[in-house]
Amino acid sequence: MPDTPIRPSAWGGLTTILDTPLKRQVAIAVILMAMIVAPLLFGQYATVILTNALLYVVLALGLNIVVGYAGLLDLGFAAFFAVGAYTVGIATLNFGLNFWLALPLAVFFAIIAGIIIGTPTLRLRSDYLAIVTLGFGEIVRLAARNLRETGGASGLSGIESPWLFGWHISTPLDFYYVFCVLAIIAVVVSVRLANSRLGRAWLYVRHDEDAAEAMGIDRVKVKLAAYVVGAVYGAIGGAFFAANLGAISPNSFSFQQSVLILMAVILGGMGKIPGVILGAFIVILAPELLRDFGDLRLFIFAVGLLLIMLFRPSGIWPAKSRTGARR
Amino acid sequence: MTLLQVQGVSLSFAGSKVLQGVNFAVAEGAIASLIGPNGAGKTSLFNCITGFYKPQAGSIRLAGTETLRMKPHQVTRSGIARTFQNVRLFREMSVTENVMSGLHCRTSAGIIESILRLPGQQREETMIRDFAEECLTFVGITEGWDRDATTLPYGWQRRVEIARALATKPKLLLLDEPAAGLTSSEKEDLIGLIGRIRDQRGISVLLIEHDTGLVMRVSERISVLDHGVMIAEGAPKEIQANPKVIEAYLGVEDGEASLGL
Repeated sequence: MPDTPIRPSAWGGLTTILDTPLKRQVAIAVILMAMIVAPLLFGQYATVILTNALLYVVLALGLNIVVGYAGLLDLGFAAFFAVGAYTVGIATLNFGLNFWLALPLAVFFAIIAGIIIGTPTLRLRSDYLAIVTLGFGEIVRLAARNLRETGGASGLSGIESPWLFGWHISTPLDFYYVFCVLAIIAVVVSVRLANSRLGRAWLYVRHDEDAAEAMGIDRVKVKLAAYVVGAVYGAIGGAFFAANLGAISPNSFSFQQSVLILMAVILGGMGKIPGVILGAFIVILAPELLRDFGDLRLFIFAVGLLLIMLFRPSGIWPAKSRTGARR
Repeated sequence: MTLLQVQGVSLSFAGSKVLQGVNFAVAEGAIASLIGPNGAGKTSLFNCITGFYKPQAGSIRLAGTETLRMKPHQVTRSGIARTFQNVRLFREMSVTENVMSGLHCRTSAGIIESILRLPGQQREETMIRDFAEECLTFVGITEGWDRDATTLPYGWQRRVEIARALATKPKLLLLDEPAAGLTSSEKEDLIGLIGRIRDQRGISVLLIEHDTGLVMRVSERISVLDHGVMIAEGAPKEIQANPKVIEAYLGVEDGEASLGL
């Protein structure tokens, strides 16, 4: 039996470095401590940026399920983000619902939207799917721009920040910790799904649709499940985004937004959870760190992205095997 | 009793007739073979039986149930499993995970159960893993379970594919050229394995195979397909002596071309 590589897991190479429960617990404790003290060390401006990065961790992990696990190219992911944000905005402003009642509603509408767009399109090959999802993203944005209920081009404002058991979530620091919790939940759910019957089915379908069908897997149903789970991530991210800013406008849900989220997924490494988290942080933090360069900031960022994709086409995060060979 | 009944199946692609009114049956508990020269339509018939191709006419029944209009995953669920002519294991996944795919259609845990790790889902996961490992042991693979399946030696990959098909708990197993590329000792193991699949698991086996020696030894019934027409059917001895079969084989060039899929 030759010493062939162990197949990579959703954790990338982390499982081989953190190979004992103790090491893993220490790593988790260090990360949690860092999350708690970071805003106290870096000040309010950094806290706002970090909150945004954590929002992107949630969104990117959601898109990662669609793109990374199920292998479906989705160029309209911001649409689900918009569905979540607008549902919360309309439900709280027009119908006087409190945030925690609007949240399940946002999830519900995201599931409906996911099924409506997914059912007819998931039979398509991935390149056609990309075009359809791109169109869907634009439809949602233009609808939001033109409907009276969504406040047109100026959007909605005055969305109240939520209360939780007597705690008014209102300051940037409050929202930072809320998004910390959301990001942790997003990671745990991603890991559990990856190691489930459904998570394996996504990989089977991604690697070989015909062989998966021959094993009795309904590829349309499995893809739809990925699409819907991704939609729910997007909607939850959107709901808290609306509550955090208090105001939303169609500009927040543009095609650029979809591309930015997709970039986080691809940059870090599709299907690898630590990679996707890293990707989300890079996409948000890099333009901030490059502020000193003024007008050249986005140019430098773009060159950096191109170089990363040239030299690490499967993402920054390494997929190390036990033998140390790189995939 | 008849397990698989194929009646009057005709298939054509853009006017070229691949199968013409094929009648064919596999008895319950049988080991049967489908042979024929290159391009005779054997793999096409397999693809019709497993739902990958939709024949223009005819009927395909598994234990009395019509499967012709079913999608491939529904056919598998109803009890027909297959392997592929060119091994198609899932890349970047372990040997065990590959075999676990077969149990997807026999299990039910959904999104919520998996996220919350409910006891039922945990039990199901254990059952899936145990059964996959049992299938691997059955085909004689007792080590290297957590390795990337596509890095295994070729002969092992073929057996993993059989284990994966067995994991779907089929009534009928279709093997598309299972001996292709195997060494002679691996072929001996394969003959033994096919016998055990039927005798110990009660699964009927239908194979397409070009190694006539192996076909004659392993099968109880042989059907011969030529240019999309079933030209002979019978016990190995009868087939060897059938003039139509001899003519069909001598009339074509030697060598094998793949038929897609």
